[in-house]
Amino acid sequence: MTPAKEIVESVAVTYPVIITLIAPFLVYAFRKDPNKREAVSFIAAMATFLCVLSMAPEVLAGRILKYTVFTIMPGITVSFSADGLSMIFGMVSSFLWFIATSYNIGYMRGLKEHAQTRYYVCFAVAILGAQGVSFASNVFTLYLFYEIITVFTYPLVAHHQDEEAYSGARKYLVYLVGTSKVFLLPAMVLTYILCGTLDYHLGDMTKGMYPSDANGLLVTVTYALFIAGIAKAAIMPFHNWLPSAMVAPTPVSALLHAVAVVKAGVFCICRVILSGFGLDTMDRLGLGLPTAYIAAFTIVAASIIAITKDDLKARLAYSTVSQLSYVVLGVTMLTPIAVQGGMLHIANHAFSKITLFFTAGAIYVATHTKSISQMKGYGWRMPWTFGAFGIAALSMIGVPPVCGFVSKWYMVNGAVTIHQMPLLIALLASTILNVGYFVPVLYTAFFKSPDPGSHVEQYSEAPATMVVPLFFTAIVSVLLGLYPEAVTQFIKIFGGM
Amino acid sequence: MLDSGFQVLTAIIFLPIVACVCLFFIERPSTVRVFTLIVSIIELILMKPLLNFQFNTTEFQFVERVAWMPRWGLEYYLGVDGISILMVWLTVAVLPLCVLCSWTYIEKRVKEFHFCLLFMTSACLGVFCALDFTLFYVFWEAMLVPMYLLIAVWGGPNRSYASIKFILYTLAGSTVLLVALIAFRIVGGTFSIPELMTKSFSFRFQFWTFLAMTLAFAIKVPMFPFHTWLPAAHVEAPTAGSVVLASILLKMGTYGFLRFCLPLTPVASEYFAPMMIAISIASIIYGGAVALGQDDMKKIIAYSSVGHMGFVTLGIFLFNQRGVEGALFQMLNHGITTGALFMMVGTIYERSHSRQVLDNLGIAKYMPAYIGFFGLFAFSSFGFPATNSFVGELLVLVGAFQANLWIGAAIIPGVLLAATYMLRLAQKLSWGEPSSFKQGWKDLNFREWVYLFIPAVFVLYIGLAPGLFFKTMDTSIAGLISDFKAKTSAYAIETQKAKSSLAVAGIEDPLDELKN
Repeated sequence: MTPAKEIVESVAVTYPVIITLIAPFLVYAFRKDPNKREAVSFIAAMATFLCVLSMAPEVLAGRILKYTVFTIMPGITVSFSADGLSMIFGMVSSFLWFIATSYNIGYMRGLKEHAQTRYYVCFAVAILGAQGVSFASNVFTLYLFYEIITVFTYPLVAHHQDEEAYSGARKYLVYLVGTSKVFLLPAMVLTYILCGTLDYHLGDMTKGMYPSDANGLLVTVTYALFIAGIAKAAIMPFHNWLPSAMVAPTPVSALLHAVAVVKAGVFCICRVILSGFGLDTMDRLGLGLPTAYIAAFTIVAASIIAITKDDLKARLAYSTVSQLSYVVLGVTMLTPIAVQGGMLHIANHAFSKITLFFTAGAIYVATHTKSISQMKGYGWRMPWTFGAFGIAALSMIGVPPVCGFVSKWYMVNGAVTIHQMPLLIALLASTILNVGYFVPVLYTAFFKSPDPGSHVEQYSEAPATMVVPLFFTAIVSVLLGLYPEAVTQFIKIFGGM
Repeated sequence: MLDSGFQVLTAIIFLPIVACVCLFFIERPSTVRVFTLIVSIIELILMKPLLNFQFNTTEFQFVERVAWMPRWGLEYYLGVDGISILMVWLTVAVLPLCVLCSWTYIEKRVKEFHFCLLFMTSACLGVFCALDFTLFYVFWEAMLVPMYLLIAVWGGPNRSYASIKFILYTLAGSTVLLVALIAFRIVGGTFSIPELMTKSFSFRFQFWTFLAMTLAFAIKVPMFPFHTWLPAAHVEAPTAGSVVLASILLKMGTYGFLRFCLPLTPVASEYFAPMMIAISIASIIYGGAVALGQDDMKKIIAYSSVGHMGFVTLGIFLFNQRGVEGALFQMLNHGITTGALFMMVGTIYERSHSRQVLDNLGIAKYMPAYIGFFGLFAFSSFGFPATNSFVGELLVLVGAFQANLWIGAAIIPGVLLAATYMLRLAQKLSWGEPSSFKQGWKDLNFREWVYLFIPAVFVLYIGLAPGLFFKTMDTSIAGLISDFKAKTSAYAIETQKAKSSLAVAGIEDPLDELKN
């Protein structure tokens, strides 16, 4: 491990948060003119991405940028910091916001959805939450933005304002607010009592913020509260909100329930484990493996459920539940190579899963079809869409050269290193199960002949504002598989590997 | 004790009373409103010397001490410390907001209404500044009458029931407070609170005086099960009445605990702490659970008050720095947030003439600014991070978990309930098919913006940068707690000594009988 990194005071780390904070107000201000309104989203997304990117050289040089905005009381501040881990999530979420905005335009205008201003405002606030979570420098700031995401994605989930939307959104809120109030808040309070501060221990993932003489049982309880409290990571049994949230418009499911919201969840878990508890404390108290087993169970169980779903979005939702636990599994194996794989999967899964959701939305806009069984013969009518679906599915399964393979490679390596055969079996079983629920979709679309009277020939590709982004993200998935260094350099600098 | 040349406390207490007299000579309702508003702003300006408050002393400041009835040892004795000064600021700041939110709401007997408001402000300021027990009691009682009138004259259809209930409950409490007051005079030999604080009293005496004072304060807070007057009073009271009631009156109970129970009866406070903590937790859970079942917006907020004030009393009886700091923050925050929420209910009531949630569905589309403010105050109410209540709630939680993990765990359901009923209310108001929208409804006007914007600023200011408030209260609270600990530990040593000598003589401890 490298020596402790230099922490530099820099206001630049607040820029992504400030831009995303102003963006919703501007979106609202331009509510009368949809073109300007969407232009605001585009510009804000690009500006955010560039601001994040501009910090990359400093971070890659081994420095940690930090800035404190507000001090609530000693040890509890609103402060931001940029290190390797925050860069990954910060870049992915802002870049995909840009892509998703293009897709949003096609989807929302194509379906003539109502309340579009509210939709874009909440969308921008959710990205604010994601940026805040990624650059949070302590547990309080993390909690603040975590809660902002929860509350402002509610209107997105309940967007259709019918019975189904309300009941899905209610479940969403009950799970996320319930767990954060009942588990996460006490976890934060206990952390403050144990450490006297909520600031992460940055720069060395082996050391945590908890003093080594702290009561082991209390630290364990705090850890359990954190894991249960971060329900956005959708670890079983706190996963059920995610399939319910699929009542939302598809771009929401794509960006938020495949990237911003759920990745904020697994990111929080990574953060809490790597910068909060530290690998040493995790190891000393034996906290890693039990969590890894729960994650492994989630991976397999969610994959099995996914096979049973005929609704494409529901199948993707359970696939997300399963894939999120890959990240948790990687990190909790507590060995550098697996941790690396876990963090890498945050980016890899983001690009592949957003592609899959984008295709689901494109199919819906073009054909109004949700059920996989009704997609017979669609493949030939929408070759670009289903082509992208195929690429992303290969990534999920873990076939080279698509990016999913790389992270899986690291994790399998990790499982072998720590001699945990059950975890290895879970990883391999999930690969087969992934084949089991993705390949039938492609098979139905390309090789099953259309039902008589279904008039497949009337369908064609969705608008270009949708197809271009989805194919683009599919290509990025491949590029990330070919050049994983783009992401791993940040992980290496973060972990000192 | 620190003294100042200008008698600032007397000035702020008596300016509203002088203004009350002036009101007799004003005829037009609109002039009355403008006049009261100007007086309330002058009152704020008069507060300027209080900005010179010294942060690093536990002494009372801005002290004024004049003999009142020397024969009985009564004094006109005023002063503030880090605990009371925050309440004084809150009281003075609430007055202009009350005037503004009643501008169109109150149509009958405008002069008398403003008379009550001004008189009430004087009495409340007196309560927070008085350092003589009798003077305190005089102000404590003086505030009952205008509050009674506010509910009984300008209240809703069920106003006579609510006002009678209010006055019966609080009078019952004050009667026993009077007994405690006289007992302190007989045993302690003085009415002066700072002097009483230096004396130590026997356990038996503390036992009974604590119970007497606690009954009075617990009714005022109100703590479960003495809370039933509150929802009735809130629902019937006009907006300004509810605001004063929630923002200031309820604080008097918890202020009483801090000013009298902890310093004067420390041993009894410690002895009864488990009971007080249990009742506080019951208040938190009960208030939250009942709020969840209400359909009347004012009732939801009224029951939420019961829950929030439970946090305050809990914090006080944890006897640690974080807990008491949290309690004081919660007092301030509840004053700001709940006061603002009542104003919001008043604002919508002026449009829809109904406080039922079902009559006010889906107004976000027509009143985005209204819902924006409502969202902020609702979030603040359930302790959303970066709002004021979060700071208070977090401090109380830290204090509770420090004191005992199980106490901390016990209030978590209350925290969850708060989020549930507030999100439910906010969701219904902003979503759903609009149930009462009429053509001609307007979003907030300038006056409404003003009275909602001011508390909104404080919600975020205290939520993000509460340093100034910590500075104000910290020394006084540290003094209060170290004094409390010194007294209780001195008593513990004494009892230990007495016990061992009694045990040598083979006599049973008479206190055991009482304690059992």
